[in-house]
Amino acid sequence: MSETAGQQHPIGIYLKVWLLLFILSAFSYAVDLLQVEGYLRWTLILIFMFLKAGLIVTIFMHVTWERLALKYLLFAPLIAIAVLIILMAMEGDYTFMTREIFFDQ
Amino acid sequence: MTIQTDKSTSYTEPGIEGLVADWSSDKQTFDLPWGKLMMWIFLLSDTFIFSIFLTGYMNVRLSQTDNWPNPSEVFALEIAGQHLPLLLIAIMTFALITSSGTMAMAVNFAYAGNKRKTVILMTITAILGASFVGMQAFEWTKLIVEEGVRPWSNPMGAAQFGSIFFMITGFHGLHVTAGVIYLSIIARKVARGDYEKKGYAIVEITGLYWHFVDLVWVFIFAFFYLW
Repeated sequence: MSETAGQQHPIGIYLKVWLLLFILSAFSYAVDLLQVEGYLRWTLILIFMFLKAGLIVTIFMHVTWERLALKYLLFAPLIAIAVLIILMAMEGDYTFMTREIFFDQ
Repeated sequence: MTIQTDKSTSYTEPGIEGLVADWSSDKQTFDLPWGKLMMWIFLLSDTFIFSIFLTGYMNVRLSQTDNWPNPSEVFALEIAGQHLPLLLIAIMTFALITSSGTMAMAVNFAYAGNKRKTVILMTITAILGASFVGMQAFEWTKLIVEEGVRPWSNPMGAAQFGSIFFMITGFHGLHVTAGVIYLSIIARKVARGDYEKKGYAIVEITGLYWHFVDLVWVFIFAFFYLW
């Protein structure tokens, strides 16, 4: 292994990320408390979710400091999940449509 | 043909050139302890499992024609006459984030060679994880006993709500429980001095698993409780 002692970074960065995660969680909780509805609600939920997930993966799980070979190993397969989500969303919409047509008769 | 044996210079090139060099040179591709690489591959497969659960949930929720129960109301708590939506879930979220923070610092202290602080921080992480599972048990009991939610029906709306809820949060809770046990075992071994010669990569590996559990909760919180 090229690194002598593994992943070592100043403790300050963990505390900052920790604080950010707290703030972001409070924000996403506020979305529910303030009863934001519709597209604004979904957009805000997604933004806070991806920011939190990004911070955890990049800093807490040290992916920022890993080599590109590992990054590709971790992120390339996620394309398959994205494709699945798109296909299932289309399928769900279609099922809903057919149910609307036939359940009401 | 020369086989690269000088480890100190073999993984220095950054970016795309480094990626090509890592895959093409006659050497081990990934510059990681094998345990860490295996943990990453396990977490990748676990990502697929949770993604499929959440995609299944999306599909069910898109296609149902009943009313989906409002999670904000289902998981509300009444404390001293005050109606507080999603309060328990918020506390659980903060408990898990805090445990991720203590875990990150435990990894740092482990590599710095500070055994005492590593064990203390790992123990705090495990306790926070256990409290998360405790709160989840309370949440499940409340839902099953008081609200009458079953995997096949519930009084609030779409029947699929129960099965999705028990499946996804149950599988996540199982991961947290396993993580608490894993953390306790490794913390005990660190305290006993088992890794003084081998090095403390194991703490980072345990940390990867724990952060992943937190990561999954971020998605469950967003898609199941807030959506």
